[in-house]
Amino acid sequence: MSINTEMSVRVASVTQVAEKVKRFRFERVDGLPVPIFSGGAHIVVSMRDGGMLRRNPYSLMSSPADSSGYEISVLAVEQSRGGSVFMHTKLNVGDTLAISQPINLFPFDHRGRKHIMMAGGIGITPFIAMMDQMAREDRRFELHYAVRTRGHGAYWRELEQRYGARRAHIYCDEEKLFIPTEAILSNQPLGTHLYVCGPAGMISGVLGTASNLGWPRQNLHSEEFLAPPPGKEFTAVLTRSGKTISVHSHQSILEAVEAAGVDAPYLCRGGACGQCETAVSGCDGALEHHDIFLEPQDKASGKKIMICVSRIDGSEIRLDL
Amino acid sequence: MNIAFKNETFRDDFTFCNSPAGIRRFPFPFHEDSYMYAVNMEPHVALAADTAYGSLIDVDEHYVAEMHDRALVLKEDPLRFQALPHMMSAQWDTLELLMEQQAAGFPELFTLTRDGEKWRWVNKPLKIDQHFTFGDAATLPCEPFEYITRQAQGDFCIVDQRDNNLWMDAGMVTTQADWSLDFDIGMNFMEWHGPVPLAHQIGVFDRALKFLLNLQQGRPVRRLNWTMTINPRLDTSPENYHKWGPDRASVTADNVGSKVHLRCELQSLWRLPRSNAILFVIRCYLIKMDELVTISKWARRFHRVLRDLPAELADYKGLTRYRPTTVAWLSKYDDGAPTSPGFFPD
Repeated sequence: MSINTEMSVRVASVTQVAEKVKRFRFERVDGLPVPIFSGGAHIVVSMRDGGMLRRNPYSLMSSPADSSGYEISVLAVEQSRGGSVFMHTKLNVGDTLAISQPINLFPFDHRGRKHIMMAGGIGITPFIAMMDQMAREDRRFELHYAVRTRGHGAYWRELEQRYGARRAHIYCDEEKLFIPTEAILSNQPLGTHLYVCGPAGMISGVLGTASNLGWPRQNLHSEEFLAPPPGKEFTAVLTRSGKTISVHSHQSILEAVEAAGVDAPYLCRGGACGQCETAVSGCDGALEHHDIFLEPQDKASGKKIMICVSRIDGSEIRLDL
Repeated sequence: MNIAFKNETFRDDFTFCNSPAGIRRFPFPFHEDSYMYAVNMEPHVALAADTAYGSLIDVDEHYVAEMHDRALVLKEDPLRFQALPHMMSAQWDTLELLMEQQAAGFPELFTLTRDGEKWRWVNKPLKIDQHFTFGDAATLPCEPFEYITRQAQGDFCIVDQRDNNLWMDAGMVTTQADWSLDFDIGMNFMEWHGPVPLAHQIGVFDRALKFLLNLQQGRPVRRLNWTMTINPRLDTSPENYHKWGPDRASVTADNVGSKVHLRCELQSLWRLPRSNAILFVIRCYLIKMDELVTISKWARRFHRVLRDLPAELADYKGLTRYRPTTVAWLSKYDDGAPTSPGFFPD
């Protein structure tokens, strides 16, 4: 089923907020309000970069209760496949784009007695919206935010001002200040939930520490958007639609499928949600699984692939699409 | 759209009936001459105005009488409404959704005026004019979810999403087909569907759960479910089984037309914005056999569906006792002619 619920928006402002980080504000072209969302949600931004259609997920960081527009922050990534470079160099005030409805794959647990958020770098963005919602709903929370340098870190000053040093803790690598994860996690009241967003190494480190300290798995939450890694070019045979397409080295299978005009389901485009799981009926090489959704036995079976981030080392894959 | 609201009952003297237009807009649940469980979900989009799908939250000629019946049920048993403490933002989400949808679908009956958080809700059929502050439960006569579902047809459950499952954490349930909110509250999706036969084995609930976990804001979905009820009773709850269970032994060849009802549930599911919970609307429609057979396509088809229904399903739905009598009665209206595809009358 494919009902188009995308919204056409105009770039209302672009603000440089830190080295390599820009904030973009979007308002609807038709002047209608944007939907209210829940803290932790993201949108998928569709960009026309020359002939190429790119769709990237970005966490919403404006107030979830503000329906006048949405704001996202984008880090310029040096090894970018184009998405963040496009946003940073080609997108200007007044330009129009299409965005999806908000999707929340990183919601907070409404039963939580207390919420601890740990952010690394640009991973701060979902927490900005989450804290706004928690503050309005009178929830107990604290933030631990690690930045590389004060110049690279976005929003730390504003967050400290808004929530005070007791709720917003800032750590700076350059000053040899690191999040004391073990100390924080070893003495928390029952019913505390932990949320982590940042680089893969940080997420696995924090979650590992929490597990070792006996935290229940249900109280641990994390979000990581994986960018589709590049690889060798290969061919995908779409058995249901009868099409044979090329997947270029800097393109995901999902992007190549969309470019060929075939509709495939997706939500996160970052290997996390499971929506784009696709059955594989043949492959003459090895599947390169990059997602964090499939179970190890599914990955080993060679029968399933998450086409938003995974690819193959080989020349041809046959997909049920 | 002007609706002539009926003064009718769903208990005691059972004066409920459908007008001829009400019969034609009944959401008949069979698109073919047989029935089996399926994850039959489709986008919840509006169809023709003279159908039950004309607005995404439907209001019909039974609105005032159904709201009166709900008030009677709640007076006898306040536990038909329950909401766990962490569901407050989902309660407000639901209030907003139902007010917006009713006002959009039936502007001559309902109006919602907003000035920031200062809201005014006018419900003409129930003669309500309420000023309140959105987000402040103290400004309403009861909790927001109870408040609005005393003014909306159908049962409502709010399911919280966490740990890759859905949890029945709030509900207003007074028009149910033999299930109990008080029993199911706090259960997860697999637990509360535990009793359903056959469907588990064919993986229906695994697929349905996976689908619902990814339900998107702005894209509600719907499905139809059905059972049968003797006498037009909305409240066929386990708590009141002693009142309606014995009715099933009262069906005779002479009273099928007036006593036996097809009960259709138009279920819609909505992702809620602030809470990320899902609102599950279970809207019940009743039609007497006498009324159903005025649509010849439905008469033929329902005869065939009921005749060929697997015994496990007939048992689960509680039809076994009066099925033969009803099938025999319906057979008079089935000449064996083919039926056209789809739900709607020819």
